Amino acid sequence: MSRQVNDFEHDAYVPECIQEIRAERRSAMALSRRGFIKVTGLAGGGLALGIGLGTPRAASAQAGASVFDANPFVQVRPDNTVVIFSKNPDVGQGVKTAMPMIVAEELDVDWSQVVVEQADIDAARYGQQVAGGSTSIPSNWMTLRQAGATARAMLVSAAAIELGVDAADLSTGSGFVIHAASDRRVAYGDLAGRASTLPVPDAGMLTLKPRSEWKLLGRRVTGVDNEKIVTGQPLFGIDQRLPGLLYATLVKAPKIGARPVSANLDHVRSLPGVHDAFVVEGAGNPIDFGVGVAALPGVAIVATSTWAAFRAADELAVTWDESAAASDSWSAAVAEAGRLAGENGAQSLADKGDVDRAIADASATAEGFYTYQFASHADLEPQNCTAWFKGDSIELWAPTQTPTMAVPAVAELLGLPAESVTLHQLRGGGGFGRRLANDSVCEVALISRRVGRPVKAQWSREDDMGFDYYRPGGFHSFKAAIDGAGRLAAWQDHFITFGRNGLPISAANLSASEFPVNALPNARITQTLIESGMPSGPWRAPGSNALAFAIQCFLHECSVAAGRDHLEFLLEVFDGLPAPGAGGGGRGGRGGFGGGLNRERALAVTRLAAEEGGWGRQLPAGRGLGLAFHFSHQGHFAEVAEVSVDSNRKLTVHKVTVAGDIGPIVNMSGAENQAQGSVVDALSTLMGLEITFEGGRVEQKNFDRYPILRISQAPEVAVHFIQSDNDPTGIGEPAFPPAAPAICNAIYAATGHRVRTMPLTKEGYTI
Amino acid sequence: MLELNINGRNFEVGDDVDPATPLLWVLRDTLGLVGTKYGCGIGQCSACTVHVNGAPLQSCQLPLESAVGQRITTIEGLAEDGQLTAVQQAWIEEDVAQCGYCQAGQIMRATALLEQNPSPSDADIDSYMSANICRCGTYNRIRRAIHRAAERLAANGRQNTRGVA
Repeated sequence: MSRQVNDFEHDAYVPECIQEIRAERRSAMALSRRGFIKVTGLAGGGLALGIGLGTPRAASAQAGASVFDANPFVQVRPDNTVVIFSKNPDVGQGVKTAMPMIVAEELDVDWSQVVVEQADIDAARYGQQVAGGSTSIPSNWMTLRQAGATARAMLVSAAAIELGVDAADLSTGSGFVIHAASDRRVAYGDLAGRASTLPVPDAGMLTLKPRSEWKLLGRRVTGVDNEKIVTGQPLFGIDQRLPGLLYATLVKAPKIGARPVSANLDHVRSLPGVHDAFVVEGAGNPIDFGVGVAALPGVAIVATSTWAAFRAADELAVTWDESAAASDSWSAAVAEAGRLAGENGAQSLADKGDVDRAIADASATAEGFYTYQFASHADLEPQNCTAWFKGDSIELWAPTQTPTMAVPAVAELLGLPAESVTLHQLRGGGGFGRRLANDSVCEVALISRRVGRPVKAQWSREDDMGFDYYRPGGFHSFKAAIDGAGRLAAWQDHFITFGRNGLPISAANLSASEFPVNALPNARITQTLIESGMPSGPWRAPGSNALAFAIQCFLHECSVAAGRDHLEFLLEVFDGLPAPGAGGGGRGGRGGFGGGLNRERALAVTRLAAEEGGWGRQLPAGRGLGLAFHFSHQGHFAEVAEVSVDSNRKLTVHKVTVAGDIGPIVNMSGAENQAQGSVVDALSTLMGLEITFEGGRVEQKNFDRYPILRISQAPEVAVHFIQSDNDPTGIGEPAFPPAAPAICNAIYAATGHRVRTMPLTKEGYTI
Repeated sequence: MLELNINGRNFEVGDDVDPATPLLWVLRDTLGLVGTKYGCGIGQCSACTVHVNGAPLQSCQLPLESAVGQRITTIEGLAEDGQLTAVQQAWIEEDVAQCGYCQAGQIMRATALLEQNPSPSDADIDSYMSANICRCGTYNRIRRAIHRAAERLAANGRQNTRGVA
């Protein structure tokens, strides 16, 4: 293992809070030789490691038996069950299963003896506990391995004492320490007491399992919460119940950014089931995405049931101050972008080589103007949070993606010390980036403080869709030059995006080195901002989720202009990427957080997608294949779509073939599921999901006008992984971006019609 | 006082609950049966699907007063004595769920499908299951799980989707 860790890469589209986690991981890697204890912020050694870790089960406590709390991740019980604590939130990305698998592999136990529990939210013990940026696996890979290996080493040492043999003569397997020479074996559970008394070894000195010895990693393991899910047991944020719980809804201004002035509160308070109604001033800046203090202003209605609160909201009449509210119009933005398309942008983002000369010398050129829409996260579980304010402390039950950021935010909001804020992490019914923000957490904290009782604040679907941090829309005016050899010689993009205070709004930026700029000698990227008052934020594969559509479709336009096969053309563009090892800290480098965009990995996944997707096959009229590649979140992905289109532009996506390289797969079942879901999500977004707004008011508030893809519209998705010898990286996001352009390129192959506007309903397509 | 028959048990709902309250919220907030999920409130997503006299129905669309006298089954009532049904088992074995939030509704609808069509084709599944949204996009696995459950039921020689022997 000669990976370098000093060429850590800044990802232009990953929100700041996630960048911090990556930076933390980088410093953790640097510290790893000094041992795992430092990495996880633990103090002391020996038994001190286990203090406060989980609650020993009543049975074992009564029996007086010893529980071995090896570290914050591992607890070995006398009955030989092993509790593994999963530190990060699970919002459907599967880390509650995958992260403990990594621990179990090094601990050398059978998965059947493992019980997984959600870890306490405690940044002092676990570092940042966050689900975002596809970082859970790469950020915690080494820490989790060391957690398992450290506990295993202590159990081996305990067995050496018990058996009176040299630890070097012992091996482990399936939760036993084995002395082969005397054919004796001791269960981990029987070693728990003695292991608790032993010193913690320096994790940096331990030998971790080589990949060839993995028994669990890479296998198909079903989700640890599956039984609760299929039997309807309480699990999600919305399922939280407490004695005396009240239910609240916060009615928010229909015009983004407006504030309540007055309301018919006396009338609302008189309605059946209503406990109280009051104006909430809000807090922080809830329009600009962040993970800290943020709460929208509005009118809170607190009632004895969710329905009573919702019903009362129907009778609420509010006078809003709209003087500082947004007045955005999507249709006006589209018109303005169309006017700007033929001009150079106001700001230069990148200017390399001589684009004008390459265009003048070109044997062919291509031009295209691309548009993509705002989109809502639409987590199926609408935003909600439960809080119990107790005067000098508060307890929260939250399906947040950023619990260790929610705790200090609530502390600041209420003026409490952080120790007085306890957050219980609950499963999120979808996240997709929406639950990175803690606006629903802050909101219920304010409401519970006011009523002094436990309160669940439940957003209606209309609230959830109407007050989101949307995936921002955007526009690209492209021009490219093809040289005499049929090669892509120059790339020009005027990126028209949305901004405030002179900067793109959250997740509306474009990296100056975005592929293929980093692979070409001549490229010019300019940018123009359209003033916006809309809230935006990271949405599954931020930036990439839309950029890949525009860029990978236009690359296909270039290959068509060059008269070339798209696979051959795309592979040739990769040739311009820096060779592995030559990156020197930028893209193309190797090591660090996945190593950046790598030419060989890009080539390999693209070739595999083409091979598995049957690239080059002859297809009947009206049927076509499309190809696209995208690198994001350290994952290299290429996809081939097979579609047919009838004369009424009814689209059928028959199959999407995914080829990805995220290093070794931790849980094959989970990884494949994420890739399949990403493709379905991308097709859903491509086809019909669109948030529009006029006069600062969002026009889609529920699924009747925001048509999530149905099963009858979903393609077969075949997933192939290249399990390269790189450290594993995340799979929640990187399979999403190539799907839409692969499908659009297939539509062109089937019909000769180039689609440049997302959603495709704008171009007359149905599915 | 209204009486509901849910999962073979009788539940009393007090007069403080508006008879117009959708069954969804009575289940969740009044009776504590939180397996039935709120997704949209307008009958679009079907996360709140329950069985009313054996037929799937969005509980967000059924007022409490109309649920009186009906035989209601929720996700909590599928397994008998802790024995998972063929559909529930298939959902675990195919590892269908991502976030899992829609899956109670999916399972309720798939159970109803298999009761009326013991060996559905992909097209049958697509047609019947289109009422339910999965935001995570687990549709490939939902199809496979329904086929798996159908095979298990056929192998067991019984078409009853509840309480697999």
